[in-house]
Amino acid sequence: MIIKVEGLTHIYNPNSPFETKALDNVNLEIAKGEFVGLIGHTGSGKSTLIQHLNGLIKPTSGKVIIDGVDISAEGANLKDIRQKVGLVFQYPEHQLFEETIYKDVAFGPINLGLSEEEVDKRVKEAIELVGLNYDKIKNRSPFELSGGQKRRVAIAGVLAMEPEVLILDEPTAGLDPKGRDEILKQIKKLHQDFNMTIILVSHSMEDIARLVDKIIVMHKGRVSIVGKPKDVFKKADELEELGLGVPQVTYFMRELKKRGKKVRDDIITVEDAKEEILRLLRGNGNA
Amino acid sequence: MSDVMIKLENVTYKYESNENEGVVALNGINLSINKGEFVVILGHNGSGKSTLAKLINALIVPTSGKVYVNGMDTQDEENIWHIRRTAGMVFQNPDNQLVATIVEEDVAFGPENLGIHPKEIRKRVNEALTAVEMEEYKDYAPHLLSGGQKQRIAIAGVLAMKPECIILDEPTAMLDPSGRKEVINTIKKLNREENKTIVHITHYMDEAVEADRVIVMEKGNIILEGTPKTVFSQVEKVKQIGLDVPQVTELAYMLRKEGIDIPQNILTIEELVSAL
Ligand SMILES: Nc1ncnc2c1ncn2[C@@H]1O[C@H](COP(=O)(O)OP(=O)(O)OP(=O)(O)O)[C@@H](O)[C@H]1O
Ligand SMILES: Nc1ncnc2c1ncn2[C@@H]1O[C@H](COP(=O)(O)OP(=O)(O)OP(=O)(O)O)[C@@H](O)[C@H]1O
Ligand SMILES: [Mg+2]
Ligand SMILES: [Mg+2]
Repeated sequence: MIIKVEGLTHIYNPNSPFETKALDNVNLEIAKGEFVGLIGHTGSGKSTLIQHLNGLIKPTSGKVIIDGVDISAEGANLKDIRQKVGLVFQYPEHQLFEETIYKDVAFGPINLGLSEEEVDKRVKEAIELVGLNYDKIKNRSPFELSGGQKRRVAIAGVLAMEPEVLILDEPTAGLDPKGRDEILKQIKKLHQDFNMTIILVSHSMEDIARLVDKIIVMHKGRVSIVGKPKDVFKKADELEELGLGVPQVTYFMRELKKRGKKVRDDIITVEDAKEEILRLLRGNGNA
Repeated sequence: MSDVMIKLENVTYKYESNENEGVVALNGINLSINKGEFVVILGHNGSGKSTLAKLINALIVPTSGKVYVNGMDTQDEENIWHIRRTAGMVFQNPDNQLVATIVEEDVAFGPENLGIHPKEIRKRVNEALTAVEMEEYKDYAPHLLSGGQKQRIAIAGVLAMKPECIILDEPTAMLDPSGRKEVINTIKKLNREENKTIVHITHYMDEAVEADRVIVMEKGNIILEGTPKTVFSQVEKVKQIGLDVPQVTELAYMLRKEGIDIPQNILTIEELVSAL
């Protein structure tokens, strides 16, 4: 297990009028090379949870163990952890701070103590990986970009560090569909080529359905469902009660089934829906 | 009184910069949006959507050309107050919008500036917070909220001002599916029942399906425009532009390619179920 969370509770502003229990006895395990989707309603504790995984926030109680090291312990080496676990923040504005895009993306690699050449190479690769034009953009200020462009730069900054575990907090919010598809494809590729462990926080059930191996559903600071996408997305009613939903094609297949068509109830992608409907129609000799 | 709420005449906008030659974000745009119309704007990152929104809200003025809001020229300083009162805006990043240290005060900020009676303000604040399901957070500090919660507060702030026209710049980007549905329903209701003009910028194609008109921007130009049916039935063109279609539209398209006889302009689950 590369990540182990045991009895993790986090209370913001304890003993004040703003006291909030954001995490309530969370237990979970993530294996090396797993691609995990983390979903949950607004305020369910997703961002709080993942910020514990690279030591940005300390537990009120409980443990966070990364690759065998208890990072919540006194004196844990957080520099090592941040090198191992890369985190892309929910709001890119919280991540960007240098005066040029080049410097911003180079910040992490420089801190890793890499040679100038290596830094240069990684910055260039990372910027192109997120679909931006390196030569055009490298000397511009990150603050003068559109919302989606800022997000791409923030993602590039973390990719350039080549972490073992990549955590992305709603990385596609604000990206246009093409940008979204390209970046998700790159993430999938990092997962496949380097066996990178990925945790993807997202409100897009469609993206989660076509990418992840395992879904973790958070509700009011607790883990409420864990399972394979096909199994989790069968529980449409339960998910809706938690403020979530299922992909549009899954809703569509459910509706067909309700109207008496004999179709499978574990369809979560457009591809699979197509196959199933062709089977239905051709099986009946209608097409 | 004319029927036009927003009018752009040959509008160009250039961001000036000391280091480089500047960025032309809008390139001679012409656009007219009627009162009571519900318009969705789509387009790539950097295509000029937020720039357009900021021009309508008089946060910036055109480098050349004219922008009118309810007949008022945004370049005339005397109009600014009236323009902002007519066209309320929800910003792309809620952090740029939240001003007060307590949620309730934040939502009250807009109506207070309009000089509305305190009793009426209280009522509006409550209604707005209810509409975004954040009543229980009214005494919280906005900066301590989660991403989606902040976004809801920013929306409430504009609702409480009751402007005739509402411009929403990706208001649902950080919302969970049910929050997204609620916000869309609220927008639709304001449009249908109170005849508010809505300009909604989004990357979610299923939200665009609800609009009267869809406008697609690319590199500072409007490159495609029409009802959701006419725009999304051109699946190949839409994909070539780098946008998307709703999943059921895509499914219908793939089935047609396999020789299944279904109409080309499927946009909703109900339409596809009926077609099969
Ligand atoms: N700095 C903070 N101080 C106090 N409370 C906080 C702070 N950050 C978050 N909270 C609260 O903790 C809870 C969990 O917030 P968190 O940001 O982890 O949610 P989330 O699941 O990431 O939500 P979203 O989908 O909206 O981003 C929320 O009720 C939120 O209001
Ligand atoms: N403050 C600024 N200074 C300089 N250039 C800017 C500034 N803000 C935006 N730009 C540039 O203007 C162009 C249009 O940006 P705009 O923010 O309008 O895009 P957008 O369509 O809203 O994109 P997104 O979907 O990413 O939010 C982009 O090329 C962007 O880099
Ligand atoms: Mg969050
Ligand atoms: Mg924008």
